[in-house]
Amino acid sequence: MLPYIARRLALSLLTVFLALSLMFGVLHLSGDPVLLLVPTDSTPEYIERVRVQWGFNDPLWVQYGRFISRAALGDFGVSLRYNIPALQLVLERLPATGLLTLVSIVFAVVVGVPLGFLAAIRNGSLADRLSNVGSVLGQSVPSFWLGLLLILLFSVNLGLLPTGGMGTPEQLILPGLTLGLYSLGRIVKLTRSSVLEVLRAEYVRTARAKGLSERVVLYRHVLKNAGIPIVTIIGLQMSGLLGGAIVVETIFAWPGLGRLIVQSIQFRDFPTALAAVFFTAASVSLVNLIVDLLYGLLNPRIVYE
Amino acid sequence: MSEVLDSGLSGKRSGETSANWRVELPQRRLLRRLRLRGDSAWGIAAGLFLALEVVLAIAAPLLAGYDPLRANVDQRLLAPGSPGHWLGTDQLGRDVLARLLFGARVSLLVGGVAVFFAGTVGVIIGLAMGYRGGWLDIVGSRIVDVQLSFPFMALALSIAAVLGAGLGAIIATLAISSWVLYARLVRGEVLVMKRAEFVEAARSIGSPGWRLVLRHVLPNVVGPAIALASLEAGRLIVAESSLSFLGYGIQPPIPAWGNMLAEGKDYMAKAWWLTVYPGLAVSLTCLATSLLGDWLTELLDPRARR
Repeated sequence: MLPYIARRLALSLLTVFLALSLMFGVLHLSGDPVLLLVPTDSTPEYIERVRVQWGFNDPLWVQYGRFISRAALGDFGVSLRYNIPALQLVLERLPATGLLTLVSIVFAVVVGVPLGFLAAIRNGSLADRLSNVGSVLGQSVPSFWLGLLLILLFSVNLGLLPTGGMGTPEQLILPGLTLGLYSLGRIVKLTRSSVLEVLRAEYVRTARAKGLSERVVLYRHVLKNAGIPIVTIIGLQMSGLLGGAIVVETIFAWPGLGRLIVQSIQFRDFPTALAAVFFTAASVSLVNLIVDLLYGLLNPRIVYE
Repeated sequence: MSEVLDSGLSGKRSGETSANWRVELPQRRLLRRLRLRGDSAWGIAAGLFLALEVVLAIAAPLLAGYDPLRANVDQRLLAPGSPGHWLGTDQLGRDVLARLLFGARVSLLVGGVAVFFAGTVGVIIGLAMGYRGGWLDIVGSRIVDVQLSFPFMALALSIAAVLGAGLGAIIATLAISSWVLYARLVRGEVLVMKRAEFVEAARSIGSPGWRLVLRHVLPNVVGPAIALASLEAGRLIVAESSLSFLGYGIQPPIPAWGNMLAEGKDYMAKAWWLTVYPGLAVSLTCLATSLLGDWLTELLDPRARR
């Protein structure tokens, strides 16, 4: 097991390194950030001086080498916009996004898994059909529109909840709901289909045949075995949630990583964008590793090599 | 029919329910068949809806009745149902229906073309990765992993920052951000297919590699890829409107659903229709592509058929 974890960690590290390199290349292709930093009436000499000062005059590979060797030590450079270390800026924003995604995924799981389970054991019923329609709808409605509609209803018309910002628990409700509904549909759908599949398994028939109560069959045999794909999809949702956070945080003025990514790309704040990408890629890889390890707990037949 | 089934499984959770479960198998099978037909109906309806949208988008100049770009200060923010403006007007007095129709051209074109390019490139690379194996597969798989390790929107935003605004740029952005899904899907299919007996047989009679791939492997992986493409079309239309919403997609005044929403949200308190209608258009389109995609998956993907 330990060699497996070590190998996976090494692979994750490689993935994160490549992701950073890709992002570095893409961002630097987007042009020279110096022109956005200096006042519009700057003299060419001044622009050149700033460029030398920030190291943007060096060949790209020199800049890349410098960036990677410093990033390996945790130094992503100084934010071009806020003039504080990019890492510090990202770390300040990280808890906000963590809180938002955690609330969303908890909401989606707590609501979605029972709904999907119910839909499966009452296959074909009204509840099943309603949850099916709901999950298809939930996946089709773009989160930025859903967010706007929720603001329109609960903030503008009813005046119940704040339109944005962070600080009070009420301010968490609308963004959390917006982001959570995105995952909810998938979780319902997947729970339903994996429970249905397990219900057809031989061991469920055996369990029923030996006279176990339906409750025991459903909870001990069905739910536990159906849990494996459900755990996977929760892991896969991480990347989607972090992406969704980019849009949702912008709508609700939530001071998290997603909004920071949008702003830093907008302002060509390369160090900040790269530090933020590092954390998103690293957390996605880490969550995927944890999910793979959870497999083993849920299904002892899986052996790590 | 479903009541019969309900009473069997969910009514009482006791030992006897499991007996009912087995007894009612014929009905269950019939029900399943019926439901499959129901799914087909939804899939076909979704396909027809999308076809209708395409026709409406093409015929936009004939149907709109207004120039989607022409502002009219006297007619600003008219509510839906106003004479001559079914869906109202926006903050510059432009007809919302006309802008929605012209916006459909942008959204459908972007979604369709981006999916086409992403799908074609992804399928070809996936075929090569799966069939060739070796370093091509190692490098390709790493690229796929890397691209999937960071959020789609973050990648799309930074590529959009490089390529700039405009129709071509946004199509390229979406295609570059999404081809990996097809590559991963097709690679997996090819790895299974490579060991299939009919491929083995074709190889043993000396069929050259490219011919094997084109004649025997490709036809078997193209179904799942088409199903994925349908699901992806909706996602890319949503992505396009998200990018436009964040200011990276189609630039105003050219109407696109995303930038209509972005402009409309500032007037949300006074003019709900500027927020509701474009979002509804995006949602319905995405709903239709996902229904169509689900149906196609069932139809074309052998693993999904049960």
